[in-house]
Amino acid sequence: MQIIYTDVLVIGGGLAGQRAAIGARRRGQDVIVLSLVPAKRSHSSAAQGGMQASLGNCLGGQGDNEDIHFADTVRGSDWGADQAVVRMFTHTAPKAIRELAAWGVPWSRVKRGERQISVDGQQKTISEADDAHGLITARNFGGTQKWRACYVSDGTGHAMLYTMSNQAIAANIPVHERMEALALLHDDGRCYGAIVRNLMTGELLAYMAKATCIATGGFGRIYRVSTNAIINEGMGAAIALETGVASLGNMEAIQFHPTGIFPAGILVTEGCRGDGGLLLDGKQHRFMPDYEPEKKELASRDVVSRRMEEHIAAGQGVSTRFGEHLWLDIRLLGAEHINTQLREVKEICQYFLGVDPVKELIPVRPAQHYSMGGVRTDHSGHSPQLRGLFAAGEAACWDMHGFNRLGGNSVAETVVAGMIVGESMADFCESAEGDIALSTALARDFGHREQQRMAAIVNNSGTESAFELTRLMQETMTSKVGIFRHGDRLQEAVATLQQLQQRCANVSLRSSARGANPELVAAYRLQRMLKLAQCVAYGALQRTESRGAHFRADHPQRNDRDWMRRTLARWPEGSTGLPALDYETLDIMAMELPPGWRGYGARDYIEHPDTALRQQQIDSALSTVATDDRHSRQQALMPFRQLLPAHLQADNQRLGDE
Amino acid sequence: METIPLKKAARTLQITILRHNPCDTSSVPHLQTFMLEEADTMTLFIALTEIRETQDPSLQFDFVCRAGICGSCGMIINGRPGLACRTLTKDLPEKITLAPLPAFELIGDLSVNTGKWMRGMSERLETWVHAQGLEQLDINAIEQRMEPEKAEQIYELERCIECGCCVAACGTAQMREDFVGAVGLNQVARFRLDPRDERDDADFYQLVGDDSGVFGCMTLLGCEDMCPKDLPLATQIAFLRRRMAAVAISGKPASKIKPE
Repeated sequence: MQIIYTDVLVIGGGLAGQRAAIGARRRGQDVIVLSLVPAKRSHSSAAQGGMQASLGNCLGGQGDNEDIHFADTVRGSDWGADQAVVRMFTHTAPKAIRELAAWGVPWSRVKRGERQISVDGQQKTISEADDAHGLITARNFGGTQKWRACYVSDGTGHAMLYTMSNQAIAANIPVHERMEALALLHDDGRCYGAIVRNLMTGELLAYMAKATCIATGGFGRIYRVSTNAIINEGMGAAIALETGVASLGNMEAIQFHPTGIFPAGILVTEGCRGDGGLLLDGKQHRFMPDYEPEKKELASRDVVSRRMEEHIAAGQGVSTRFGEHLWLDIRLLGAEHINTQLREVKEICQYFLGVDPVKELIPVRPAQHYSMGGVRTDHSGHSPQLRGLFAAGEAACWDMHGFNRLGGNSVAETVVAGMIVGESMADFCESAEGDIALSTALARDFGHREQQRMAAIVNNSGTESAFELTRLMQETMTSKVGIFRHGDRLQEAVATLQQLQQRCANVSLRSSARGANPELVAAYRLQRMLKLAQCVAYGALQRTESRGAHFRADHPQRNDRDWMRRTLARWPEGSTGLPALDYETLDIMAMELPPGWRGYGARDYIEHPDTALRQQQIDSALSTVATDDRHSRQQALMPFRQLLPAHLQADNQRLGDE
Repeated sequence: METIPLKKAARTLQITILRHNPCDTSSVPHLQTFMLEEADTMTLFIALTEIRETQDPSLQFDFVCRAGICGSCGMIINGRPGLACRTLTKDLPEKITLAPLPAFELIGDLSVNTGKWMRGMSERLETWVHAQGLEQLDINAIEQRMEPEKAEQIYELERCIECGCCVAACGTAQMREDFVGAVGLNQVARFRLDPRDERDDADFYQLVGDDSGVFGCMTLLGCEDMCPKDLPLATQIAFLRRRMAAVAISGKPASKIKPE
């Protein structure tokens, strides 16, 4: 078995992985990126509508800053997020977007003067200021107080990923394409790289590294209906779980996006609603104001998705042979806007539905979209349990999204996390903790183990099919661990998944094709996906409250008193049935923004006794701050800048600053 | 009875695939036909997945986003390059022939190594913004301004998804292995347009001023006809050729020639 040595091994070639790689490379570390597919084809490219960063350039963004972005994100998370991480993120997002602007992303720009927009179903004329002309503009998104989603038409992720990939090529960073990490090399709480399979030849290799970063994105494909790319099977999170040492955080926190096109589940951007699009029911009635008078179509995604399903359950959907759906109406935005600012949406409607959204309605229904959970790390992206293992982006839970992510915060997170985690990996490699004594015996042992695992599948004489079991897993997740969850059905899901795990031991192959063999790939991934699915289902069963995207019909209230806790799932070696769950307390007394009403969604929740105490503390702390300077006031409540790399600590400049 | 419209019987598709597995020394390129019952809204992504899951699990192909965004699934569909994921079977006849994109290294069956080709093209044409001081940026400061129309023009060319359809449709690319293709020339046009890139036409001439570059194009227009993103490739190539010819004729040293 070939062994390749490097300082930093990044598993995943999307935005987070490539930015982390660039950061570590600039610090003088040798870096190799592994990617399942050519890096520019990563799922980051599918992000359409925008990247949240509080630049405050356009009219709708005026007065925006890190404080407002912070509050929106924490409310969006339903107070599940780590607030220090949210601060680090909102502080770095403007820097991330400005760096990308210099690197080549053609961000859409503010144009001075009047233009027509559509707000709340009405046409309105607004006027952009002279002094903002040519700066990066932004559009409205759900759950935000300001227009903050900076965009490149509706190909934002594509443009960002191409610029990032091109910069990685310029930095001479090798991307080993069509490579899949099968197992993390680890010993005694220290990670040393990975065993990797070449998806063109089927050959196994070992990569040994001082620091290993998982940046493999989400695991939406454990669901039947998902907006995710078909490569989003969560293998990065799964191999971290299979170490038995590292833990996964909040796996039950799964986001469903309101507007997957029906029935294919392909995403059309939140920008459709941000730019003024409306949701209509079977009678073509605009129903969201009935449920959410404050934010209407632009409440957070968890709330809008729930309201849509509620409305369908009330018999107000459109019936078709594939089931029921609702309508997205963007006709009122006009042909010019759609043809320039929503052109990917237009193409998707045209090719997959045969619909022209300038003239016709778009059939939509919520679909699985995002995994808030992932490899649990500290604020620097480092696993607390498995040293030398880092994670960034959707694959990680560091944890800035809590139980619901705001639209546009994920592409922003990928780049910000990459900027921070690239530095922390370089710091780690330069420190004494980064030193390693390489054991090639370790690589051989792990390589042997993976070879045996695969041989067990290849030589199996059982009668089960990996494709069939995968389908059953996906059906179970979509029907029983979806938007509305209930203890009884979660119990059934857990039991079904356990049966599937047992049946999985009898999966055999019909094909003995040489090379990577796609059937073998499906079979070994199924074993790992079932573990992730069980973390989601079992975590959801245990969490007897409703928070963000996790909604329990049998426990409909958010319960701060008992559940200000983050779920940690581990899969102890040899365990076949269920993950071991632990809980980590979120300390209200350390929060800058104590729990309250989000400004949309349910108003009733069970309070934690600390909330009132912390509010008193905050009030008295603020009364002693002599200045109106918002940075000083923030600093008095929850200092965070010391957690950032030194070059990311300074204030962000904005128009109108002195 | 006559008033009730008869439901059209589902078609049985006859999908013929050019197959070969280079990892298997005994494999010989051959055509194999699969019969498949058509379903509503079936795309080639759905059809091929179903064939793999129910008929031949060894069938190789590449899909990632299955939404026409990532450029993974370029293949020859009834003789023309296109994105399989967004090709609806109802728009095709009952007999469908699929083959891998030519001009790229074959991985197996319908899977080709476009990634390696595109990385090579990017390295050769240096498809990134060339500017001084990119490593010492002040990212706290307000960003440089850009005219809104300029950003839109750049994005128009930036929409390329490197699927390889233009290369597969190109006469020159079939004859010259080193031809950068419309995809490469479009990249040059994109960075040439970008005010952040400090390279001038003489620099670009060094990259594409010969027969493996812009002068290799025979103006067959296959690239523009087959581009799934409808990029104005022929226009860009024609314009670039004029600019590069101007550099050659002027014979001026690099720094004296200003891009338009």
